[in-house]
Amino acid sequence: MAKRHTDPLGLHSALEDWMLPVLVAAMSFLAALAVAGALASTVLAAQWQNDTAAALTIQVPQPDAPDTANNATRLAAVQAALQTMPGVTSPRLLSVDALNHLLAPWLGADAAALGLPLPAVITATWSGPGPGDAIAAALNKLAPGTLAQTGVQWAARVTALTGSLQTCAAAVLVIVALVGGALVALATRAGLAQRRETIEIIHGLGAQDGDIASRFASRATVLAVAGAAAGALLALPVLLWLAALAAPFSGLPQLGGLQHGLAGLPPALWTALPCLPLAAAVIGWSSAQLTVRGWLRKLV
Amino acid sequence: MIRFDDVWLKYRHQDRGPGALARDVLRGVDFKIPDGGFRWLTGPSGAGKTTLLKLIYLAEHPTQGRIDIMGTHAAKISRRDAALLRRRIGVVYQDFRLLAHLSAYDNVALPMRLARRAEHQVHADVTEILRWVGLANRLGALPDELSGGEQQRVAIARAVVGRPKLLVADEPTGNLDDEQAGRLMTLITALNRLGTTVIVATHNHALVSAYPAPRLEMAEGRLTAHG
Repeated sequence: MAKRHTDPLGLHSALEDWMLPVLVAAMSFLAALAVAGALASTVLAAQWQNDTAAALTIQVPQPDAPDTANNATRLAAVQAALQTMPGVTSPRLLSVDALNHLLAPWLGADAAALGLPLPAVITATWSGPGPGDAIAAALNKLAPGTLAQTGVQWAARVTALTGSLQTCAAAVLVIVALVGGALVALATRAGLAQRRETIEIIHGLGAQDGDIASRFASRATVLAVAGAAAGALLALPVLLWLAALAAPFSGLPQLGGLQHGLAGLPPALWTALPCLPLAAAVIGWSSAQLTVRGWLRKLV
Repeated sequence: MIRFDDVWLKYRHQDRGPGALARDVLRGVDFKIPDGGFRWLTGPSGAGKTTLLKLIYLAEHPTQGRIDIMGTHAAKISRRDAALLRRRIGVVYQDFRLLAHLSAYDNVALPMRLARRAEHQVHADVTEILRWVGLANRLGALPDELSGGEQQRVAIARAVVGRPKLLVADEPTGNLDDEQAGRLMTLITALNRLGTTVIVATHNHALVSAYPAPRLEMAEGRLTAHG
């Protein structure tokens, strides 16, 4: 008994086995980088926003001079006031050594020895609303010239930067999807041109447009999924390397190469990467269907 | 019933821009063939026989006039219904039109598989019809491995395997010897007796004489004799 032929359109040779998957793999590789970039920027931005917005830095000039009420030094008065201020927690006076360390790039290793009038610096955590102007006003009554800065303004800039990065990533994904769809359409049109006579014969024997389109779409989908899976897999080592590079900014413990990369990848990426072949399947299927059905309209 | 009502057809000139029409290939063709009828289609080369057959098996649209195929107005049929109607029409093409990458068996099985017949039914019918046309030992051969006559018999087997309601054949005996032509005509007349409407275009006057039936005779795109 003759074996059943499952490819009457001869698509295994009409749709080249290597060209489409290779090109889709390249698209998938770019998509993986774009998705990873968007997710990583979101995670880092969230972390930075929390840290930056909550940071409160207070500078008290002439810390050892008496405060306005002549009850204590200006520094002591400010420290006492911070203990009772709503929204302010964990105030900590930077030591002279810490201050020297911060100023070392500009003033050398021992800034105190220069005899400059350095302010006392207090760091704290700010959980109140707004930029902290009320804190500065209250502290200035005790020690005029005291500066208080929160990271709210910086946090807003980080948010804007993150938003722009995510928009860029979304634009890259849209472009990759469109180019992927166009690649499938081009490969399908080439296959249609190569199999024109066969399609006309099958059409004449009573094949529905959907029958023919589905055969092309199935083949295009298999090739697109294979390419997208390969592209996503190829992107993984690159992503791990980038995650290892970004680890110092993400606050992760120093684990070393691969462990660093694995820990540094955003968890959502492990869901997003397997979605790339699924997205390729949808794009491949729909692009091939539309192309073939449009082409078949030319036949009577 | 097949009915042609004042049917005209002009082919478009591909090289003279959209809408540019060539000379008339068919000019005011009128005829009716009742269900279960048999007609020879005769005439010199270039008379329009193949074009007329193409209109019958829905491979062309007329430029003007009305065509009804098995009670269906061809111009008003949906693409889906046109495909279903084509499954009821068996066609033997002059150039065979076999799929080069499929075996004789798979070529003949194709219309049944497109109609989603059960595979055991496909196997029974395909092996039977290929045995009938004398190709029982050539099931797995590719068209390139078959002679012209064998290819023609595969094409005939593919046209009749689905027991069509309408059989259209364009020079079906052109590559067959007398014995094979006789077997083919026995098959076609048997189908006709079972109710299949048959139209056979041929130049073979001996064949027409041997199997008397009404004739559609064409010349220069016109039907010059009917009956």
